Amino acid sequence: MSERAQQLLEIADDELILGWRNSEWTGIAPFLEEDVAFSSIAQNEIGHARALYQLVAEELGTTADELAFDRKPEEYRCSRFVELRLVPDWARTIARHCLYEQADEERIKALTASDDERVAGLAAKIDREEAYHRMHAQMWFDRLQDEPQFLEALEELRPLVVERGEHLPEFEQLWEEMTEVRRSFAGATW
Amino acid sequence: MTEGQVWEALAEIPDPEIPPISIVDLGVVRDVSVENGRVHVEFTPTFLGCPALEVMRDQMAERIRKLGAEPDVEVVLDDSWSTDRITPEGRAKLRASGFAPPSPREAGGPKLVQLQARAFKCPYCGSKETRLENIFGPTPCRSVRYCESCRQPFEQFKTI
Repeated sequence: MSERAQQLLEIADDELILGWRNSEWTGIAPFLEEDVAFSSIAQNEIGHARALYQLVAEELGTTADELAFDRKPEEYRCSRFVELRLVPDWARTIARHCLYEQADEERIKALTASDDERVAGLAAKIDREEAYHRMHAQMWFDRLQDEPQFLEALEELRPLVVERGEHLPEFEQLWEEMTEVRRSFAGATW
Repeated sequence: MTEGQVWEALAEIPDPEIPPISIVDLGVVRDVSVENGRVHVEFTPTFLGCPALEVMRDQMAERIRKLGAEPDVEVVLDDSWSTDRITPEGRAKLRASGFAPPSPREAGGPKLVQLQARAFKCPYCGSKETRLENIFGPTPCRSVRYCESCRQPFEQFKTI
């Protein structure tokens, strides 16, 4: 696999798994507006994953669905950070959200300068959408910055942002749920 | 068949989520070319996670088939669509349906302070005494605002 495919897969896997984790708040977020906001953010992240998978799929001669749902757990390249199941802890969820958006902004901005026109074009589009995620994260940061629970969560999670390698035990359950349809009905599409 | 005929046909397809506006008004059809009974359409998604994407693509393909041509709808995954591409007619239709049209795209992207400023007009009464309720709304492309003058919530198109 080319370096380009590996790099894009890493980002796509992060976005897919984080989108999945964020969607676990749908229906149970602290208040209605937040339910709408966090679900919308989850939807966007999964949309970014789909577009990134598509670029990789063209290179590898496969499809976005196959990359998203037909790989074995050990083939996913997401960070342990996005795998953490944080429901029902809102302080840690928002701490992860703030840290993730910050780290994601850096790598997406770097991709906008890629020599590969398609990668740069897609990254520019993703970055425009992410601007709204960053605003949302900023609003929460401003609101919780004096809360000890939130500050502790930031300290706890910050070192994990870049950690990749073996999956967390809770990834297994996510994978089983996420791939269940495709494992039951081969070729099912989004 | 001419490209003009294809554009006319596509202009009859409503946006699946905001039916008063067509997909041509929305500016998501970037290019149309016709060659030997084959119609190539370049189509740009609004938001990458928009669930209306497949619906729009399939409806375009179906409409082109009805014209008696073979459709080839290409989804272009880059930054070439912006809310600036919504046509003046499209903006008027949005306003008439209770959606505030997006403000122009600026270099550097939108900022939270801008959204929190009282610079957005209520589509019902025209007052600028409106406040941001939620950056996110019922679809990825919209925010929710509240008009202090006529006391109506309304949906504001996000600038992308």
